[in-house]
Amino acid sequence: MLNYLLKRLIMMIPLLLGITIITFAVIHLAPGEPVEMQTALSPKVTKETRERIRKFYGLDKPLHVQYVTWVTRLAKLDFGRSFASDNRPVLDKIKERIPVTLSLNIVALILEFGLAVPIGVLAARYRDRLFDKGMTIFVFIGFSAPSFALAIFGIYFFGVVLGWLPLSGLHSLGSESLPLLARLWDLAKHVILPIGIVTFGAIAGLSRYMRSSMLEVLGQDYIVTARAKGLSERVVIYRHALRNALLPAITLLGFSVPGLIGGSVIMESIFSIPGMGKLFFDGVMMRDYPLIMGILVIGAGLTLVGNLLADLLYAVADPRIRHGKG
Amino acid sequence: MSNKGQTSYFYDVIWSRFRVNRFALAGAVVVILMFMVALLAPLISPHDPAAIDAYHILLPPSLDHWMGTDDLGRDVLSRMMHGAGISLMVGFVAIGIAIVIGTVVGLLAGYYSGWADAVLMRFVDIMLCFPTLFLILAVIALLEPSIWYIMIIIGLTGWMGVARLVRAEVLSIRERDYVLAARSIGASDLRIIFRHILPNVMGPVLVSATLGVAGAILTESALSFLGIGVQPPTPSWGNILSAGKEFIEFAWWLSLFPGLAIMVTVLSYYLVGEGIRDALDPRLNR
Repeated sequence: MLNYLLKRLIMMIPLLLGITIITFAVIHLAPGEPVEMQTALSPKVTKETRERIRKFYGLDKPLHVQYVTWVTRLAKLDFGRSFASDNRPVLDKIKERIPVTLSLNIVALILEFGLAVPIGVLAARYRDRLFDKGMTIFVFIGFSAPSFALAIFGIYFFGVVLGWLPLSGLHSLGSESLPLLARLWDLAKHVILPIGIVTFGAIAGLSRYMRSSMLEVLGQDYIVTARAKGLSERVVIYRHALRNALLPAITLLGFSVPGLIGGSVIMESIFSIPGMGKLFFDGVMMRDYPLIMGILVIGAGLTLVGNLLADLLYAVADPRIRHGKG
Repeated sequence: MSNKGQTSYFYDVIWSRFRVNRFALAGAVVVILMFMVALLAPLISPHDPAAIDAYHILLPPSLDHWMGTDDLGRDVLSRMMHGAGISLMVGFVAIGIAIVIGTVVGLLAGYYSGWADAVLMRFVDIMLCFPTLFLILAVIALLEPSIWYIMIIIGLTGWMGVARLVRAEVLSIRERDYVLAARSIGASDLRIIFRHILPNVMGPVLVSATLGVAGAILTESALSFLGIGVQPPTPSWGNILSAGKEFIEFAWWLSLFPGLAIMVTVLSYYLVGEGIRDALDPRLNR
């Protein structure tokens, strides 16, 4: 197991390098230089100042030198300073936003698996019956309804018409003084809509996958054998079939990370949630280059970590991977 | 050396399996209807989509304005009809780009294997790490938002799945006897790839193209909703919805109709895609 982990970690290094190269390339697609952007707004900036900033960012050097300088700084976890007026280190800004985005998405992910797996399994078991057909329609609606439209109607209906839920943010004003339970309740009321909408949209993929995976497994010889030796349908489905159908779903876990993080741009913008997506969107709007680069690298890095965790989980669940060539 | 007869037989079989799938058929009907609306929009839209009418702002749906009017008094139905073309065009061009890149990368990686495969597939892995919406946002915000950039960037960030799919197919196809036969009579690599392997991966590619159009339409509308997609006054479903969100309390029709249109369209492409997949792979059904 340790060997496997080590191998996986080493394989991440070229991927990380690739991530930085693409991020660097994307940023240099832009016409004009970051310095122009930063200084264009204030006419007071003299030519000398501009030159000084150019020097500071190494923009007077050729591209590959700039890249190497940037990556060397990244390796020391120096992501540079934000162009925004607060001029804070990019890493600090991202660090305070990551927990929000991550915890919201983890809750959504848990809900997604908790709902989609049973839906898929039951749909396969009662294939072509009412449950299967109803669920097919339900998950397809979730998949195809644009999340931002659901968010708007959700806010309007639950927030404005019924007045049950707050309209935006993570906390109510003055919630800090409330006792712990009341504070949690307050938080829950703020996040139920964004989390619910993200989950609703994500169920389709996984539940359809589980359904076809179950159908495939149920056609295997060992299932026929299990049935033939008189095991009850419950044991056949939940002990023999589910385990094997569930395995490939674990890899989906890793794949869903970039989608969830990317989707947080929309949800966090609509609900004014102070997470990484909102930070990124604001950064993009202000052309805050160091921030954009930092979030691209860290966002992709999080995906790598997600994939690694999924692979480890897979190795734990499937001894063939653990002991085989992997 | 024509295999036309066999090819059309193949499509006949696919079609006969597709036809009996009611969900997929309904999806196909909607897709075709949307196309007709988009193409005929200038002829059939009841009003000029750009005509501002200060005396008739934010009117609820009525006989004259089936979907009401917006905050500038423009007819929402007419704007929706003209927006349909934009949404469909973005979806198709973006996925066209993604399919071409993905198919070529997948064919090369799968056919040549070795280091070409290793390099290309690591590149795919790297691209897959990025939250797509982050990449798209970064690029579009850095280069001014324009419908062309949007189509290109959605395409450039959406080809990796196709590449993986095609590669996996090619890996098994290139071991088949007919490829060996082609090689033994001295066919060039290019000929084998495009004449013998490509036609056999088109099925799965078609499926992911159909599903991809659904995804691209969603992405475009999300970008337009965020204000960096199709720019007003050009109507797109996303920006009609985005403009409507401020009036939701007293003009629900501004948000509801574009939201429904996106949903129905995406759903239809999805059903068609699933229908083709099931028709190509009868093992899963029946």
